[in-house]
Amino acid sequence: MSQATERTIDRSQMQVSDEVAIQITGMNKWYGTFHVLRDIDLTVQRGERIVICGPSGSGKSTLIRCINALEEHQQGQIVVDGTLLSSDLKNIDKVRSEVGMVFQHFNLFPHLSILENCTLAPIWVRKTPKKEAEEIAMHYLTKVKIPEQALKYPGQLSGGQQQRVAIARSLCMQPRIMLFDEPTSALDPEMIKEVLDTMIELAEEGMTMLCVTHEMGFAQAVANRVIFMDDGQIVEQNEPKEFFKNPKSDRTKLFLSQILGH
Amino acid sequence: MADLSYVRTQMVPQQDPPITETGAIKWARENLFSGVTNSVLTLLALYFLYQVLHEVIPWLFFSTWNANSLAECREIAEGGCWAVIRERWPQLVFGFYPSEYYWRPVLTFVLMLVALAPVLFNGLPRRMVWFSALFPFLAFWLLWGGSLWLPVAVIAGFALAAMSVIYLPALTGTLLATIVAFIAPVLWWLFLAAPVASILQAILPLAIEPIESAKFGGFMLSVTIGITGISLSLPIGILLALGRQSNLIAVKAICVGFIEFIRGVPLITLLFVASTLLNYFLPPGTTFDIILRVMIMVTLFSSAYMAEVIRGGLSALPKGQYEAADALGLDYWKSMRLIIMPQALKITIPSIVSLFIGLFKDTTLVSIIGLLDPIGLSNAIRADQDWNGIVWELYGFIALMFWIFCFSMSRYSMYLERKLQTGHR
Repeated sequence: MSQATERTIDRSQMQVSDEVAIQITGMNKWYGTFHVLRDIDLTVQRGERIVICGPSGSGKSTLIRCINALEEHQQGQIVVDGTLLSSDLKNIDKVRSEVGMVFQHFNLFPHLSILENCTLAPIWVRKTPKKEAEEIAMHYLTKVKIPEQALKYPGQLSGGQQQRVAIARSLCMQPRIMLFDEPTSALDPEMIKEVLDTMIELAEEGMTMLCVTHEMGFAQAVANRVIFMDDGQIVEQNEPKEFFKNPKSDRTKLFLSQILGH
Repeated sequence: MADLSYVRTQMVPQQDPPITETGAIKWARENLFSGVTNSVLTLLALYFLYQVLHEVIPWLFFSTWNANSLAECREIAEGGCWAVIRERWPQLVFGFYPSEYYWRPVLTFVLMLVALAPVLFNGLPRRMVWFSALFPFLAFWLLWGGSLWLPVAVIAGFALAAMSVIYLPALTGTLLATIVAFIAPVLWWLFLAAPVASILQAILPLAIEPIESAKFGGFMLSVTIGITGISLSLPIGILLALGRQSNLIAVKAICVGFIEFIRGVPLITLLFVASTLLNYFLPPGTTFDIILRVMIMVTLFSSAYMAEVIRGGLSALPKGQYEAADALGLDYWKSMRLIIMPQALKITIPSIVSLFIGLFKDTTLVSIIGLLDPIGLSNAIRADQDWNGIVWELYGFIALMFWIFCFSMSRYSMYLERKLQTGHR
């Protein structure tokens, strides 16, 4: 179990409000005949930091990919920031520009410089003037501690740096919710920490975050809720302390013993 | 036990390597005579080279430019007879274009270089692209002549499309505006453009001597057909490739049908359709320019191949690129234009340029349907009593000209690949 950080975490801004950020009710999804997500009900309040864990193939990635319509759900409702996700493309584009997403494999655009990666969406989606977009981009690149790499190309950066650029790129759209799909799974151990630190800083500023991750140290330090999924269902959710100390379900116990036991 | 301690008392100064390890000797040893087999092959190659040069050099050296027939050539010189090129040069370049108007294709060619420059190289003022966009119409007018109002009327059709895209969505919604943007210019071109042009011509005559297509020929014809095919097949190919991947069944079916049909038919067949069959389908009395018909066929033919090449590039991109573009809120056309196409085209540059080179060389096939491109002309020249029997000089010259064009394209593609290199892993 890798520790997330040595420093103490500033919890003053980490406040969960009553406002609903994401509301998922009775959501089902199938890949062909395979029932990947079953009866998902989930309400995310603004300011929540949720860690979703579970064995591979349990549907955790699919769940967060449904939230910005990268995957289509077949049944039930997903409401993000008051916008109902339907087949209406306008709603989908609206949700996507409000929700940032960080991928396991970074998915930076290799033909664009770091700065261009960060300014592309603000310029073309938000119609921000180029100069202003570049200022915003530099602000966030400074925040993830790589302003000096702005003119390089993604291929010239290390994995950890690329992932931090990917986080900055999402932040440039000034999203109200951030989704993380196993952001550290493709990284070397020494790079995991720099990415987790960036995520912790984000949490300290009160960002609403949903993270699919196996970093249980991060979950204990930052999350206000841990969700355990198995077989496309939410099996158990709790505060991190209780979740790790007193898991209720047998599946959770088995999973925790497997990932914490070595 | 031996004493293991050692201290150097004198430093060795830098020395030259032995003579067999430097320069030409080392190179020859490593590259030409590195073993028995290689040495034998080297000697054989040298002998072969000697044999070829032994024949070619005197042929080149004892050639002549000054003669009026092949027979005269043979009397003057033992080697090649370049006189045919000197005498028929204008014909090989311009075909039967009237000589007093040679300045028109020459000017067009120079303007073409100007129009290509901002497309091929960045670092030039971006505004030059407007000239590049206008160039096709200008070139048409300069080459074929006639009223200036005709190309202007054609441009008006594009302006009509642009206006429907810009102003209509606010009134009618995007879908209707898109449909209007396609249908309005087509109706304009079919029914209104020609009458409007002739009315304008009557009011304000602006015309140069018209030259009919039958007089076109030589490299001018090859370049005209080749450049048109190249510059149109790329955008059409991109649209077909995207259409083939579309979720809309009708669009996909049309694109797949088109690509598979065109790829399944030889270019010659399409050219014959253009030259003869098309007349049966058109209303009697319509004159539909033969060069225009050939251009359309060549363009359609190569855009089908282009679509497949680009599709290869599209499927080589990781799915994550599409997802990242989606997740940032880019719509379909923006993500294609800004994220997907730049990468897909970059991967496929070598194949695209191969297609371009192939297309340019395939323009010689028009000689089969009776157009006088360099190959068609060479048959005519060889049929001439004066030059009956000349082979090497004529075809060698034509090959050299084609090689210059194709080699430039190949070098350009390598330059482009280097320029777009962004440290891909």
